[in-house]
Amino acid sequence: MDPILWILLALLGFMLIASLIAIETQDLLSTVICAGAVGFGTSLVFLLIGAPDLAITQVVFEILVLVVLVREVITRRDETYATSRTTLPVGVVLLALGVMAAVVFTVLAGNGTDGDLRLRPFGQPRMTRQVDAAFLAPAGRPEAAPPGTEPGSVGGAYLKHGLTSDEASRGSGAANYVMGVLLDYRAYDTLGEATVIFVAIIGAYAVLRKVGRSRHAGNEPDR
Amino acid sequence: MQGMSLIVKNITRLVAGFIILFGAYIVLYGHVTPGGGFTGGVILASGLVLVVLAFGKGFTRNVLTHETAKVADSMGAMLFLLVAVLGFAGGVFFTNVLSPGTVGHFVSAGTIPIANVGIGVKVSAGLFGAFLALAAFRRSTASAQERADALQSDI
Amino acid sequence: MTLAMVPFMLTFLLLVAGLYAIVAKRNLIKVIVGILVLNCGANVMLVLTGYRDPPAGEAPVAPILTGGAAQADELARTAVDPLPQALILTSIVIGLSVTALVVSLGVRLYEKYGTFDTNRMRNLKG
Repeated sequence: MDPILWILLALLGFMLIASLIAIETQDLLSTVICAGAVGFGTSLVFLLIGAPDLAITQVVFEILVLVVLVREVITRRDETYATSRTTLPVGVVLLALGVMAAVVFTVLAGNGTDGDLRLRPFGQPRMTRQVDAAFLAPAGRPEAAPPGTEPGSVGGAYLKHGLTSDEASRGSGAANYVMGVLLDYRAYDTLGEATVIFVAIIGAYAVLRKVGRSRHAGNEPDR
Repeated sequence: MQGMSLIVKNITRLVAGFIILFGAYIVLYGHVTPGGGFTGGVILASGLVLVVLAFGKGFTRNVLTHETAKVADSMGAMLFLLVAVLGFAGGVFFTNVLSPGTVGHFVSAGTIPIANVGIGVKVSAGLFGAFLALAAFRRSTASAQERADALQSDI
Repeated sequence: MTLAMVPFMLTFLLLVAGLYAIVAKRNLIKVIVGILVLNCGANVMLVLTGYRDPPAGEAPVAPILTGGAAQADELARTAVDPLPQALILTSIVIGLSVTALVVSLGVRLYEKYGTFDTNRMRNLKG
């Protein structure tokens, strides 16, 4: 795990530096390009972690969003002096983040293998825990439970039983486990996702339509 | 939106077919290799955006219109809903009614490939339509001076 | 705090940077970039919780069956958790579609006011 951990830390540091440059620079085109660097950095992190679906999806979506953003920014140069408004919002943000950091680092501290509220250490997810298989018994007949132990989370149980049909599950038959989860076990979430994309596209159509904008043909800002 | 230079047009003629074929492959084989409906749909949308950017607005007036994008978007969403309602034959909404089949083959995993096709069509048509709306918006708000500038540059 | 917790902390810093850009910046494009960075930070943090260490000396095992149905048992023992990956796929797609919607809103505001500066957009005269 050591080389993976060092490469991961290097990639996260690169993403952090790129995001700070994107936020603080004065030029709009540099902002957009550094935001694209953050997106490509996350795609490399996904590839390193063993998530090829996510890496491909992140790369392709990031390219499309970059094309749209660059087209909109490159001819609309705006000489805004990109400084913060006052010190008050920054102070409030820092206070809120201090409180959040205190809570989060209490959760992150410690081992986390026994308690249930703590984040487990990196590399040992919840599904490596084995629990007794008594909860797989049919209702009302606890003596008919299968022997052995089961993984302690839904992901682990899906990896063990989800492919072919046995007494524990119906089986999806998909060789790509992530697609099996998305379109068979959690298909309702995918329906919600399709609805959200639909509404976002309709919102973009409604904002950008031509009807009703003939009054602004001079394109003067109304002060 | 003006088209681009001759080099870009020739390269697009060679490459656009392969991009769309690759996108269709990723959509159809989503249950065997990494990919799926969303990824393949965005690759298809990127191919169509490349064609529209390289050849200009005249290309979109006949074949790749805004109306086609809207209709295809709705058709993809309805295909996905049809797969969901078909699950009632198995007892519950969204059940996987077709047989699981042999793992790793193209014809396997029940209704998952059909749902992938529906989502791929929907996502590609939706994102392409949003890009067309942004491009048409930009062209209509350009003043006369900016239009003259845009005719000389290649954006 | 062992070395194994440092990835989570760096990702938390990414979330902080995105939130700072949304709250304290005046330019609309900077706010949109802040939304993008916040999305990326949240997605990376949730995928990192599902990572399982591979056996010593090998690469992390992705949850894809490449060797036929006989490999399923070995995959169940060594593969990365597929459940966070499926849900973060949903999150990536939604996040970037909403970013496209927000960009179109920004373009429309630029057409009306002539600037991306939110301080000058306060003159809401009916």
